[in-house]
Amino acid sequence: MTQVAEEIDREADAEAVVKKFMFVNRKAPHGTIYALEGLEVVLISAAFDQDVSLAFLDDGVYQLLKGQETKALQVKNFSPTYRALEGYDVEKLYVERESLEARGIKEEQLLVPVQVVSAKEMTELMEAQDVIVGF
Amino acid sequence: MKIGLLINEGPYNHQAADSAWHFARAALAKGHQIQRVFFYNDGVNNATKLTEPPQDDRNIVNRWSKLAEEHGTDLVVCVAAGLRRGLVEDNLAPGFRISGLGQLVEAGIESDRLVVFGD
Repeated sequence: MTQVAEEIDREADAEAVVKKFMFVNRKAPHGTIYALEGLEVVLISAAFDQDVSLAFLDDGVYQLLKGQETKALQVKNFSPTYRALEGYDVEKLYVERESLEARGIKEEQLLVPVQVVSAKEMTELMEAQDVIVGF
Repeated sequence: MKIGLLINEGPYNHQAADSAWHFARAALAKGHQIQRVFFYNDGVNNATKLTEPPQDDRNIVNRWSKLAEEHGTDLVVCVAAGLRRGLVEDNLAPGFRISGLGQLVEAGIESDRLVVFGD
């Protein structure tokens, strides 16, 4: 096999790999850049045809709150991007029930459809992943 | 084992950058392969050659450059995160290169483990 053919072969193999990626969001949407830059990684990962899911826990649940208004902060309101995730085939959004309850947030206050799971269920989901990236 | 590293915190401000370097060295010493080190968030500041710590302190940036020189480790800085923080080709330390976020996702795909060092 020529070197070029081997190269193409290897690329085809790499493309065929589908791993389970979970992006874990633990921080509030504003105040630090983690949520915004984390979301940028999610959007890129969608282009690689991987099995992508998002987890929201701790203050990360605030990222999904409806009615975010950032004008006074003069920072970008990127919360509409979560609504666009569906278009990138990123449809698995898991929110930890305990984190919502601790902050008095109801599921209907969230801006996208999510699956609310217990902390125990979240650990099971995490155990099933190949790659976990936390921001 | 093929290991990818993601570093999300800047040098000196946070232990993450130190821990990642210690981890990388320990992994290499055990015969593992470091597939790539990806620098994101404030982690991109690990790559600036303008760093000049006091003489009695460790030089975090030079340590990475040395790792790349000795082991051929692929040190990749996110272009978008770098631009936000003024980290461009001109002030890049030896051994680092600038590329896109796709390199991080690729590290996740190609490595047996992706280890994240962050806050």
